[in-house]
Amino acid sequence: MKPVRRLEPVVILAVMSREFANFRTFWKSTAFTSTFEPIVYLLAFGLGLGSTLVADVDGIEYVQFVGTGLVATAVVFSSALPAMFGTFVKERFQRTYDAILAAPVDVEELVTAEMLWIGIRAATFGCFPLIVTLFFGLEPRLTMLLVPFYAFVTALAFAAFGITMAASVSKIDQFNYVTTLVITPLFLVAGTFFPIDQLPEGLQVVAQVNPLYQLVQLVRDACFGMEAVDALRLAGLLALAIVMWRVAIRRMEKRLII
Amino acid sequence: MPAIELHGLTKHFGPIAAVDGLDLVVDEGVCLGLLGPNGAGKSTTMKMLTGQAIPDGGEIRVLGHELPGDSKAARARMGVVPQLDNLDIDVTVEENLAVFARLYRVEDVAAAVERTLEIARLTDRRKDAVDKLSGGMRRRLLLARGLVHDPELLLLDEPTVGLDPQIRTELWRLIDGLRSQGTTILMSTHYIEEAERLADEVAVVAAGKVIARATPAELIAEHAGVTTAEVYGPPDRLARVRREVEEAGLRVRPAGPAIAIVAADTADPGLIPDDAVFRAASLEDVFVMLTGEEAE
Repeated sequence: MKPVRRLEPVVILAVMSREFANFRTFWKSTAFTSTFEPIVYLLAFGLGLGSTLVADVDGIEYVQFVGTGLVATAVVFSSALPAMFGTFVKERFQRTYDAILAAPVDVEELVTAEMLWIGIRAATFGCFPLIVTLFFGLEPRLTMLLVPFYAFVTALAFAAFGITMAASVSKIDQFNYVTTLVITPLFLVAGTFFPIDQLPEGLQVVAQVNPLYQLVQLVRDACFGMEAVDALRLAGLLALAIVMWRVAIRRMEKRLII
Repeated sequence: MPAIELHGLTKHFGPIAAVDGLDLVVDEGVCLGLLGPNGAGKSTTMKMLTGQAIPDGGEIRVLGHELPGDSKAARARMGVVPQLDNLDIDVTVEENLAVFARLYRVEDVAAAVERTLEIARLTDRRKDAVDKLSGGMRRRLLLARGLVHDPELLLLDEPTVGLDPQIRTELWRLIDGLRSQGTTILMSTHYIEEAERLADEVAVVAAGKVIARATPAELIAEHAGVTTAEVYGPPDRLARVRREVEEAGLRVRPAGPAIAIVAADTADPGLIPDDAVFRAASLEDVFVMLTGEEAE
């Protein structure tokens, strides 16, 4: 028999294969939402506001400003929320993790696989708004190929955050606090719909530590011109993903191993 | 080498001792029934064997691996069939099996799926989503999932709890087949008939420890004698008979509308009423006498 080690890729892929098998049963509805939601946002905000109130922001046409910003929105909503609800349901109601952990899989591998799967999904869906924006006049650039990677790293951090929350609440209703107090404020001060320099000074400082804001800036720079500070932004997101990964593992170990 | 060795195992949840100094050795090739009432510590013991619960004290060795430290290696060699159905209901039968074959690092996943589909007699339903299966088929699939890597040891946690008699019998046939092939099985149950029918040996568990262990026949002989007499009648009559019989040193237990007098063959002539119904002593008599719980 092969020796068992920590973080075995074959085991992580096996856990992800379970997610993939389930995803194949509902991918159409998810893909539909991910495609049409940015179109609706772009029509409402981009064209609506863009044609009446705001023509451009910092020289960027408003519909493209919003379209590139929506990448972060798509990433957070397809990572943090599925991680929270999915993890809680699998742990509490479906007892899926009991079955997986009875196999030679440890919590570290389970959490890593769940994060990677959500990261891949969110990175894919995160690119949909960008693709849609190309049809609204956004010029293609080679550096845009970095966007899926940026989205993936950010999604890992939010997936780990969601898993941590799922391992911390006792009832599913308590996610309302998380969405109201954490996700929505992060989403609103990410610079998606308006530049953050329009915000009060205190909120501008808060926005700087908002990972979604950093993602929005990275995506816009990939679309309109890279900056040196982007390396720092990416490093910050990577560090956050790593820290949250370890926190999520710790919380899930406390929840799953009694 | 024993497949399972538990020595002085303890597990507390707050002030409650779920497992309280449990000792148990299961030899290879044996089907051992862990028989006990609800709350006796059976499921907690099962969780400790899979590393999903960490004992407060004692030693666990499974297939030569020390737990919880070496639990992952032990889990690779054992199969687990849980009490609750946790199949992926939207996914097909074969994909459920394939995922677990991959989790167990089976090299030929397709062959493992074929083999277990045959065991569960679900080959013709392989492409169906699990939520299209009957309750009995789902249970068979759950058992098959635990066998997908051809384990040396199988843990069955209340394998037929909540099932109707027909499905239960169907599952017993499957488990009996595995037992006959020499698979080591540890099966927790609170159904007397299940333990009697499937287990080579039965360990009676109460309040977190093993209080008796032997083959069903030996347990009956030791704790319930040869014959049990059941006496029916109104409550005042049953109370009077019970008092007289207990004063004579025999043990009595409630048995639905009757009382059951254990080891009735040793009673003095005339002590047991003439209208008593005599039957062979059973494992149920042993269970109730030892645990004080009504049998299911």
